[in-house]
Amino acid sequence: MIEVRNVTKRFGTQEVLKGASLRIDRGEAVVIIGRSGGGKSVLLKHLVALLQPDSGQVLVDGQNLCALTERELLRVRRKFGMLFQGAALFDSLTVFENVAFVLERERTHTPAEIKRLVAEALEWVELPGIENKKPAELSGGMRKRVGLARAIVYRPEILLYDEPTTGLDPVAGANIDGLIRRVWEKLNVTSIAVTHDMPSARRISNRILMLRDGVIYADGPTNDILSSTDPVVNHFVNGIPSGKTTF
Amino acid sequence: MVLALLQNRIRNFLRELGELAEITGEAVASIRHRRPSWKDFIAQLHFVGVKSQSVVITTGAATGMVLCAQTYFQFHKVKMDTATGAVVSVGMSSELGPVLACLMLTARVGAAMAAELGTMKVTEQIDALRTLATHPVDYLVVPRLIACTVAAPLLTAEAVVVGITASWLVGVHLLGIDSAYYLANMNRYTSPEDILTGLIKSTLFGAAIAMVGCYKGLTCRGGAEGVGRATTEAVVSSSITILVANFFLTLFLTRLFKV
Ligand SMILES: Nc1ncnc2c1ncn2[C@@H]1O[C@H](COP(=O)(O)OP(=O)(O)OP(=O)(O)O)[C@@H](O)[C@H]1O
Ligand SMILES: [Mg+2]
Repeated sequence: MIEVRNVTKRFGTQEVLKGASLRIDRGEAVVIIGRSGGGKSVLLKHLVALLQPDSGQVLVDGQNLCALTERELLRVRRKFGMLFQGAALFDSLTVFENVAFVLERERTHTPAEIKRLVAEALEWVELPGIENKKPAELSGGMRKRVGLARAIVYRPEILLYDEPTTGLDPVAGANIDGLIRRVWEKLNVTSIAVTHDMPSARRISNRILMLRDGVIYADGPTNDILSSTDPVVNHFVNGIPSGKTTF
Repeated sequence: MVLALLQNRIRNFLRELGELAEITGEAVASIRHRRPSWKDFIAQLHFVGVKSQSVVITTGAATGMVLCAQTYFQFHKVKMDTATGAVVSVGMSSELGPVLACLMLTARVGAAMAAELGTMKVTEQIDALRTLATHPVDYLVVPRLIACTVAAPLLTAEAVVVGITASWLVGVHLLGIDSAYYLANMNRYTSPEDILTGLIKSTLFGAAIAMVGCYKGLTCRGGAEGVGRATTEAVVSSSITILVANFFLTLFLTRLFKV
């Protein structure tokens, strides 16, 4: 279970989060939506304590992340798998070494098992057989999918996806949505995704949170949010211009 | 106005020094309590040690030759030609060898470390490392720190040997100093303490190069420009650290070896 209590975060003079609170239970599939630059990635990073809040608390399974040292946090982070918005692959390592990173460092699997698990994960993201390529040799969409493979290969309990389908063609995007859905159903994980893509949100979530002006503005089951009559939510999910643009 | 600026500078300097001490402490604790990865260490040792040899050998040879020639020109006036070898060998092994070899190492290795870690930082690879339950100090800093600490004295020794050999070639074959006297005086005036001084200094310099390079990389911010700045700062800070520390180490170590 993840709980965010009144978190505020500022960078210099810019206040990004202004008291955001949310609660996500084990096994939920949640999507966070919001304007570009609205602080969705920042919020996601708070959940794994990559960023520390200026005030407020982040609790994972009842443990307050703000009170832990970086070393203690490593153990908590093992529960998480995260796909970064820019994939963040290690560019000095091959695709295989990237995906196998956690498995190789934990030393609980034999090399043959690791090989099999990595091949399987790459199969899931529809990139079989690219183990020996370097990240620099891949396209943006391929990198994203390798990032996804790296996040799911070690079977974490909670998966965070930062815009998993941006930069992919519609078919690949739909396939990744299918994968995220299957991972959620089969591996019994908690799934938290940030996305701008409403059809994708419909496919991968059963609950939507909307971040606006640094707080959670709307929170409800996917269908309710997508058919909401609240003007702000409605305009956002249907992509209606805010009307302030003048030429 | 000027005072405020100065105050700010000093505060920043002290803050950075504190952070550097903190991450060094973290690295030392990591070496003591965790098993560093051999594979990463060997890879770094190859990069730091093996690949720096051409630079270090060139530096050592050039320094030895020019030091020999210049010393000879001055000593020749007072008919002390044969003492040239002693000056070169003491100077090389206790001062010029460690300082120059490590300055070259800063430019080659410290800069590369700051640039590599800085790029990892701005492309979120450091954050990715942390989410993959790996401490950046364990995975990135420790292998670099050990590799530099091991490689720096070895490279310094290499530079010193090459420098002294080059000076012998110049002195004996070019300037016509008698080889037997050259070597005898060299042996007589060079003590084991001189060589030990050079090795101790270069070990400490090597550690400083790795720590400053890694620290600047890990705290880098703001895209390609930030990486550039971190790299420059790493080279400047390590170089100054080496030059300043060298002076105090000379005073300290001579005192130490006297008692
Ligand atoms: N490390 C940082 N330092 C300074 N400012 C930052 C940092 N990270 C984020 N910001 C600022 O916080 C704001 C929110 O950024 P964030 O990346 O969370 O947006 P986002 O909602 O994920 O947008 P997008 O949908 O475009 O990815 C931005 O205005 C950004 O400038
Ligand atoms: Mg984002």
